Amino acid sequence: MSSNNGHVTASHGKSHPAISIRGLSKMYRLGGAAEPYRTVQESLLHRLRNPLEKAEFQQFWALRDISFDVEPGDVVGVIGRNGAGKSTLLKILSRITRPTQGEVILRGRVGSLLEVGTGFHPELTGRENIYLNGSILGMKRHEIERQFDSIVEFAEVEKFLDTPVKRYSSGMYVRLAFAVAAHLNPEILIVDEVLAVGDAQFQKKCLGKMGEVAQGGRTVLFVSHNMGAVATLTKHCAFLAKGQLVSFGPTEEVLRQYSQSGQAQNDLVYSAASSEEMPRVTRVEVITTSPDNVQICGRPMEVIVEVSTPEPIRGCRLSFQICNELEQPIVHLWLYDSDRPICREPGIYRFRCRIPHLHLYLGRYSLTVYLGEFFGGQQFEKIELICPFDVVIPDKQKEGGWFRGTCAYLEEGDWDVETLSPSQTVSPMAGKVISVL
Amino acid sequence: MNQTVTLADRKPVVLRPATRWSAFNLEEVLHYSDLLTMFALRDVKLRYRQTALGVIWVVFQPLLAAAIFLIIFNKVAQTPTDDISPFVFYYAGLMAYKSFENTVNKASMCMIGNAQLVAKVFFPRIILPVSTVLGSLLDFAVSAVVLAVLMLVFRVPPSPFLLLLPVWLLFLQLTALGLGFYFAALTVRYRDIQYALPVLVQFGLYATPVGFSVAFLLGKLPKALHFLVFLNPLTGLLDAFRWSVLGTPIYSWPIVIYGILASVALFVLGAMAFTQMEQSFADVI
Repeated sequence: MSSNNGHVTASHGKSHPAISIRGLSKMYRLGGAAEPYRTVQESLLHRLRNPLEKAEFQQFWALRDISFDVEPGDVVGVIGRNGAGKSTLLKILSRITRPTQGEVILRGRVGSLLEVGTGFHPELTGRENIYLNGSILGMKRHEIERQFDSIVEFAEVEKFLDTPVKRYSSGMYVRLAFAVAAHLNPEILIVDEVLAVGDAQFQKKCLGKMGEVAQGGRTVLFVSHNMGAVATLTKHCAFLAKGQLVSFGPTEEVLRQYSQSGQAQNDLVYSAASSEEMPRVTRVEVITTSPDNVQICGRPMEVIVEVSTPEPIRGCRLSFQICNELEQPIVHLWLYDSDRPICREPGIYRFRCRIPHLHLYLGRYSLTVYLGEFFGGQQFEKIELICPFDVVIPDKQKEGGWFRGTCAYLEEGDWDVETLSPSQTVSPMAGKVISVL
Repeated sequence: MNQTVTLADRKPVVLRPATRWSAFNLEEVLHYSDLLTMFALRDVKLRYRQTALGVIWVVFQPLLAAAIFLIIFNKVAQTPTDDISPFVFYYAGLMAYKSFENTVNKASMCMIGNAQLVAKVFFPRIILPVSTVLGSLLDFAVSAVVLAVLMLVFRVPPSPFLLLLPVWLLFLQLTALGLGFYFAALTVRYRDIQYALPVLVQFGLYATPVGFSVAFLLGKLPKALHFLVFLNPLTGLLDAFRWSVLGTPIYSWPIVIYGILASVALFVLGAMAFTQMEQSFADVI
């Protein structure tokens, strides 16, 4: 890779968009009579028995009338909850499936990466898999040859090049797979969730590589559940919900809409019916300093969780996370049966967790609550992103005011200041103690 | 990468809904020619790596089959073999039929065998069935060496038309691919093709002049069924194959010419059907 691939399109000024999506829809046939017959007999028999029946099927629109443009060199995130149509969109853009209506115009060589290591064969060696996987992703043989050393170096597998990949550790496997894909060098890169693999260090390396690709002036379309990665990598975002485009614009704005939409569905207090079969979380509530779930930073807050269980829970584990707007967990609090016996008899229990000083920074947060058995046992509940609350800082104590996104957490700290030079005649004195809170 | 080419210079790719007829995009297939080689190499490597005896099987299978034919057709049914040593006669026919059978079987299974790829990556799908031909050709080359040895041992002089052998092999492969395309596309939707196909191919072995000459087959069948023998494109191709290797007489040239035309027609129609059906592969597989 030489570096003169800088600005592929910048010099064109107002050039055509790299990706134009116009009225794109995708319909799948589902359920009942729609279930495609898996054998010829079944299909024929069905026809013979119901000669007059018209093919009936339920329609499911995975995408409905999506339109937006991606400019060359832009890095665009595609976000949305499960089933919003993100994967379908990527499948159409990477030419795996055809749209039902509408059209897409792609200007530039497309490289798509919907899964790490597709086409890797366990029996083949690392070297053979680099060539095979490279060609599957659309690289020419001579391109792979030129990039070969760089791929091997990135994957850190020099010593195992001639070992079948079935003997690789899962980490090595993933590294090699990502390394090949990372050297694809397309003008338009389409990436799905691939960062959800590997250890933290490698994830960081992948994120770095993605950033590099983006810096190189290439167009990137990036789908992820990792809102942190979306926020750091992308300039614009498309937010999909139930197959429709809710909004398309600068990442920061779209992310805000996204997190509000998620939390708007949830009431300030979570409640659910108990069950005769399974332990259930029946109520979750945050007791904040101010009404309507508004909490003043640094003051006490309480979280109340009610659990109803029809039978004793063995080694009960109750915990919750406090997540920020990007859905990243910031705080984890738990009470396990090993800490103190809990839920050892059938019944309804109320847990009250008192946080003496909530140090979370300004912003909007929500809870994710878990209820389960002993470690390795069953998980009964995972309730995501409920009981949204806002943390505010009313004090005007900080010069210049408070800005969103400065940090995640405010710690208490005492400052000492000593003057060491220029004058040594002045004896060291304790600095003014500044408490942030 | 030196990207002096700007995006605007390149022809944009337009993605539209599936159509009734979709044109075969040769340019794109050629762009992926390296992938074709990689798939073919992968299959060949895997086959030899995973079996303990590797190449031995390629030699033994047709030898074993020829020995069985020797018992059934020569000793039991006593079919004439045009004055050629029966074992060599059977072996030559079997090796031609095997090259056809290998391609039909592997091409038909290639879509579901690579379902994961089809669902996750774009490439011209037709590359998968086409890539199976290399494996069949390699097997053919190995059994051709064995045939040469057999001809020396049994003192069968080669025909002067030996140089035409690749031509017959080509048309056998075209027939196989044509059927393979069609079955591959159908298997995506109907999985029972994979159980029906081996039966069909096995039946074909006995319905085609492999263990006997065309004249013998026609003599044994009632006249009303002769058209079935003539309809089978393999009839003429196998006859011509043996003619150019062993010098056995051709039963009828029109049948050979029909075989050639039919194999090309099957190939083209199969490719068209495949291209049409591939539009929905990822949604169904």
